[in-house]
Amino acid sequence: MSLRIYAIAYLIFLYAPIVLLPIFAFNDATIIAFPLSGFTTDWFTELASNKSLHAAVKNSLFIALVSAVTSTILGVCAARAGAMHRFRFKAGIMGFIMLPLVLPEIIVAVSLLVVVVQILDLGLSNWTIIAAHVLICTPFCIAILNGAFQNLDPAMEEAAMDLGESRFSAFRLVTLPLVMPGIISSMLIAFTISLDEFIIAFFLSGSSPTMPVYIWGLLRFPASLPVVMALGTILVALSIVLLTIAELLRRRGLARAGVKDEGGFL
Amino acid sequence: MLSKFLSSENGRGLLMVSPPFLYALLLMAFPLIAIFLFSFWTQDFMTLDTTFTLNNYREIAEKPIYGALLQRSLFVSASVTAVTVLLAFPVAYFLSFHVRPDRKSLWLFLITIPFWTSYLIRVFLWKVILGYNGVINTGLINVGLIDEPLTFILYNVNAVIITLAHAFAPFAILPIFVALEKIDRSLLEASQDLGESKFMTFMRITLPLAMPGVVGAVLIVFIPTIGDYVTPELMGGAGGKLIANMIQTQFLALNNAPLGAALAIVAMLCVTAISLTFVLINRRWLKGRS
Repeated sequence: MSLRIYAIAYLIFLYAPIVLLPIFAFNDATIIAFPLSGFTTDWFTELASNKSLHAAVKNSLFIALVSAVTSTILGVCAARAGAMHRFRFKAGIMGFIMLPLVLPEIIVAVSLLVVVVQILDLGLSNWTIIAAHVLICTPFCIAILNGAFQNLDPAMEEAAMDLGESRFSAFRLVTLPLVMPGIISSMLIAFTISLDEFIIAFFLSGSSPTMPVYIWGLLRFPASLPVVMALGTILVALSIVLLTIAELLRRRGLARAGVKDEGGFL
Repeated sequence: MLSKFLSSENGRGLLMVSPPFLYALLLMAFPLIAIFLFSFWTQDFMTLDTTFTLNNYREIAEKPIYGALLQRSLFVSASVTAVTVLLAFPVAYFLSFHVRPDRKSLWLFLITIPFWTSYLIRVFLWKVILGYNGVINTGLINVGLIDEPLTFILYNVNAVIITLAHAFAPFAILPIFVALEKIDRSLLEASQDLGESKFMTFMRITLPLAMPGVVGAVLIVFIPTIGDYVTPELMGGAGGKLIANMIQTQFLALNNAPLGAALAIVAMLCVTAISLTFVLINRRWLKGRS
């Protein structure tokens, strides 16, 4: 009983900052503090007319989309190899691919910065951010896709091949539909991570900032803070919708593969 | 020869795993090697001098600021890890032992949601909660518990620790939960049938068996926190800056990338050494018990 109370208190601790977001987003004052003064939707209207924000959002959406698709493709390769094949140095190779999960982001950022700018002498652009985001998203994709691939019966693909399908079309016709929910859920998670990622994007962005980099700039100006709250509210609502879809699909995928549900994303 | 290799089980597995492997090799291993080499070079404004030198490391060893920053960073990371894991363990325990099986994934979902919402904005909101006119201070003054706003909770190391502990919470809960789920429940019954108290059963069976999860949680919180510069920048004030802030400054403001690279390497080595020591001590402890 006391454990339950503790767990609920812990949930409140987890949600405390997020609950404040909509409160201040609709609060009619430029200072982010209590007491509240009145209701307004001005901050949302201001969002709608901010051109440089729109450019940053567009950048971030592009980066997140490309990163999500690429890291999910890499994740499918790794999860499939991990679940359905035996090969030499398997544990070492899989561990190496999962390593970005524990690598501090600043290390990823500075090492890629050095390679791109100092060694390859290339400019920074959205593509440098994408390269880094694919690296850090792939382990998350693998973690999700493992669930989808692990309990797949290899005999099903073999049966399709015995019946005359090529290796690739056996994969496309048999395995792919079974792991599709996992793939979509992996793309949604990678999309969310990339969209929100700041530490790496700050180092690797070129002349056009991503949305978190733009928000970082706004945080220094007290006058723009209510607008940040409004933007944050929209982002939180959006990620909750995306994550709910991802979770529902992940469950459906497990049900389709006939596996017991054993937990969340990580 | 090649086609025979590619049609073997070993070959097909390697072929399948090669795209993500090559990607990690090119974009992680190669850059890490590059930054290691880079830390032995020097940079004068924009021109890079590629003669091998230990000057960057010498500077880090000699100027007290770097040592102090590194020490503070390790202290903050260790505190965050301790706070996060200690607070998370009971939650993971509750989830694994007291929540109905069909409710578990709902709880896990609720725990992970805050983690997926904008990190920058979450950090900023902690400022709103802990600040001079913040939620906690206004609340406590209104209730009458304090007369003056508390000042020890913003713009110092405490604020950094609270914010980071919040940010890394799900990372600590999930590995511990997974380890607890794997525990065979009949072991616990056997222990109690043989006369152990609930507390001793927990100490002698549950905790040792949960240890792999705890170790996982410690590593996945401790290692990445060293690389965060957002939280110390926003919450730390003048006295709460950490090594990651210095690395960032060297790279982006002072144009001394080689020194920044050397700092990054030193920080990485410290964190790795501490993590390995922790893993080894834990392994010895578990062995000593069995």
